Amino acid sequence: MLRSDLRPDLTPHTDPPTAEQATTTPGDVLPRPTAAGPDHETGPRPDPGPAPAMVQLLAQDGTRRPDPEHDPWVADLDDERLVALYEDMVVVRRLDIEATALQRQGQLGLWPPLLGQEAAQVGSARALRPDDFVFSSYRENAVAWCRGVSTTDLVRVWKGTAATGWDPRAVGMATPTIIIGAQTLHATGYAIGCAKDGVDSVAVAYFGDGATSEGDVHEAMVFAASYRAPVVFFCQNNQWAISEPVGLQSRRPLADRAPGYGIPSVRVDGNDVLAVTAVTRVALDRARTGGGPTFVEAVTYRRGPHTTSDDPTRYVDPAVHERWVALDPIARVERYLERRGRLTDELTGTVTARADTAAAEMRAGCHGLEPPPPLSVFDHVYTTPTSWLERQRSQYAAYLAMFDERTGDGPAGDGSEGGGTAGDDAADEGTAGGTR
Amino acid sequence: MTALTLGGALNAALRRALEDDPKVVLMGEDIGTLGGVFRVTDGLQRDFGADRVMDTPLAEAGIVGTAVGLAYRGYRPVVEIQFDGFVFPAFDQLVTQVARLYHRTGGAIRMPITVRIPYGGGIGAVEHHSESPEAYFAHTPGLRVVTCADPQDAHTLLRQAIACDDPVIFFEPKRRYWVKGEVDDVIDGSTAPMHAARVVVPGTDVTLVAYGPLVMTARDVALAAADDGISVEVIDLRSLSPIDLATVEASVRRSGRLVITHEAQQHGGLGAEIAASITERCFFHLEAPPVRVTGFDVPYPAAKLEEHFLPDLDRILDAVDRVLGREHSLTGWRG
Repeated sequence: MLRSDLRPDLTPHTDPPTAEQATTTPGDVLPRPTAAGPDHETGPRPDPGPAPAMVQLLAQDGTRRPDPEHDPWVADLDDERLVALYEDMVVVRRLDIEATALQRQGQLGLWPPLLGQEAAQVGSARALRPDDFVFSSYRENAVAWCRGVSTTDLVRVWKGTAATGWDPRAVGMATPTIIIGAQTLHATGYAIGCAKDGVDSVAVAYFGDGATSEGDVHEAMVFAASYRAPVVFFCQNNQWAISEPVGLQSRRPLADRAPGYGIPSVRVDGNDVLAVTAVTRVALDRARTGGGPTFVEAVTYRRGPHTTSDDPTRYVDPAVHERWVALDPIARVERYLERRGRLTDELTGTVTARADTAAAEMRAGCHGLEPPPPLSVFDHVYTTPTSWLERQRSQYAAYLAMFDERTGDGPAGDGSEGGGTAGDDAADEGTAGGTR
Repeated sequence: MTALTLGGALNAALRRALEDDPKVVLMGEDIGTLGGVFRVTDGLQRDFGADRVMDTPLAEAGIVGTAVGLAYRGYRPVVEIQFDGFVFPAFDQLVTQVARLYHRTGGAIRMPITVRIPYGGGIGAVEHHSESPEAYFAHTPGLRVVTCADPQDAHTLLRQAIACDDPVIFFEPKRRYWVKGEVDDVIDGSTAPMHAARVVVPGTDVTLVAYGPLVMTARDVALAAADDGISVEVIDLRSLSPIDLATVEASVRRSGRLVITHEAQQHGGLGAEIAASITERCFFHLEAPPVRVTGFDVPYPAAKLEEHFLPDLDRILDAVDRVLGREHSLTGWRG
C-alpha cells in the first residue's frame, strides 16, 4: 500500500453549493448527496449506500419547499411566530458580534462565536418546553439566550469572574461543558431520570461534529438506546473542529452513525430555521411518547473562528467560506418574509433596535462584572468545607491581611487591584510605582 | 448487632440506603441478576427492581456520565466499578465533571454520587484487578475518598457516603470482603463522621498509619511488636480525602515516630502527603524521619510476585525498627 493510500480523506460530506446554486436553484441549495463518500478515493472500498436525504423547508431564495412529512410539524408557525424566530436570530447574531468585540477590547478573555449557526440553535431551542433540559457545549449561546439566560450571564464565564454564568435549574440548561462530548452522557442520565419520574420532559444534548469522535458520545448513544431514554442528540455539524474538517471525524455523514446504535437519525439543513424546528419537534415528540432517543445532524457552517484565539485563515479556503456566506440563515428568513410581504422597514427597524438594546445591555453588564473577592477561591468545593480547606483559607486570609496591615489599605476581600498591597515590595517596584 | 462479612455489611448498607431513600439508584456491570462479581449487590435487584438496581452496558465513562445526569435530576446514584483497574475510562468524567460541578455551578448543582471500587491486591488476580488508584482521586479537589477496613466501617461508611451531598469515591478492600465481624446498623449522633480517622490499637512508641486492606496487617504488626516490648499505635485513616491529620498529629506528638503503609505505589502517594504534612505540623516532636512502607514504583506485578510488592507484616515491622533506630533491620536499611 502506498503512503498516499493511508492519508485521511478530509472532504466534507456536504459540499457547499456553488454561488449559482445558492442563488438560483432552491432545491439544490444544499445538495443531497446521492452517493456516499468523498470524491478523492485512492483505493477500493465497499459501497456504503446512499447518504440520507436532508430536510429543507425554506430554500435560500426564500421559497417554501413542501414536505408532507414535516409540514404538519410547523403548521402552527404563522408569520408572527416566524417573525419571532427571525428576531431571535438577529438578536443572537448581534450579541455574538458584541461579545466578539468585547473580547477584542480586552473585556473578555475568550469568546466562541456562533456566526452562521443561528438557525440551528434558535430553531431547536425554541422547540423546547421550559421543563425540558439542555446540556450543551460552549458555543450554544443562542440556545442559552432562548432559554432565558441574561446577556450579562452569557459573558460571565468568558470574562473570568465566575465558573458558571447561571443557575442551571432556573433556566433548564446546564452549565456549558468544555470537555468535548462529556455532556451527552449527562443528558442521557437526565433523560433516564425523567423516565423514572414518569414525566414527559426531554433532555437535549448539543454537541458538534468533532464531538462525534469522542467515546462519551458513543457511550451516550449506547446507553440512550438501551434504556430508551427520552433524549435528543442535537449535533451541529458546522464542518470544523477548530482546524479539522468533518471528513477527519467520519467517513460517512454523521447522522449515519446513530442507526447502528438503534437510534433513528435525521439530517436537516441547519441554516433553515423552519426545518430545524420541524425535525426537533419530531424528535421531542418521539422522546415524550416513549419512542426513545433521536439523533439530529444539523448541517451548518461555522463562519467565524473556533474561538477568538483561533486564526481560520490558516485552514479555511476563502472560496468555500464565501459559498457558505451566501447560505446565510438570517437572509433566508428575510427573503421568505419578504415574499410574504412581512419584511417591512418597520419590522427590520424594530428588530435591529431590539438587537442593539440587547447588545448595549450585554456591554454594560460586562463592564459591571467585578472580580470576585480573593477568598472566594475556596468556595463551593465541598457542600461542607473540609478541615484542610478551612486551614488553607485561614492561612491565606492571614497572609493577605499582613499586606493590609503594612499598607493601611482596606480589607483583603475587595482585591481587584493587587498592586496597592504589593507596592512596597522591592520586587514589585518596577511595575507598582503608581500605587505607592 | 449481626455477624456479617465485609461484603455482606456492604450489601446490608446498600439495602438500607435503597429502603431509606427512593432517590438512591445502583448502577454497574453485572450488579443485577448476578449480584456483582463479588456478590456485594446480591439480591438487591430482585428486591428493589431493575429500575433501581440497573445493570449497565460495559462502559465506565457511560456509567459515571449518566450518573451525573441522574444527579442533575435529583437522584443519588451509587455506581459500582467492577475492578480498580477498570475505573480509568471513567476518570475523565470523575475528574472533569463529577468533582467540579458543584464548584462550577457556584453551589447550584450537587453531585451526591458514590463510586464503589473494589481495590487492592492479594487475591492472585490477573492484570488490572489488584490496583490501588486512590491517590489519583485524593489529588482531585471536590472528591471525597474513603475506604473501609472492617465490616462495621464498611456498613457505616458506605451509608454515610451515600447520604453525603458530595461525590465520594468508596474503595473496598477486596481481599477483606470475606472477613467477618459484628455490625451495628445504628447511625446516630454518636457515630464517628465519615472524615474521622480512628485509633484502632492504642500505643506509645510508634504511630503506624494504615488504611483499607492493610489495617488488619497493621494490627498484626502491633501484636508482633508488643512481643518485642514495642508499643505501636495503629491509626485507621478511613478517609483519604480529606485526611484527618489532627488525629495523626496528636498521636505523633506523643510517639515522636511515624510509619505509614499503603499498597499503592510510593511516588506521589498518600504516604508522601501524610509524611510532609506531619513533618510541617510537628517537626520538633519527631524523633526520626517518617518512613513509608508501600508498593514499589512498578506496575502491579504478576500474581506469583505480588507478595514481594505488597507491604506485609515483616516489612512494616522492619520500618518500625528503623524509626526506633534499632540495628537489626531485616533489609539492611538504616534509619
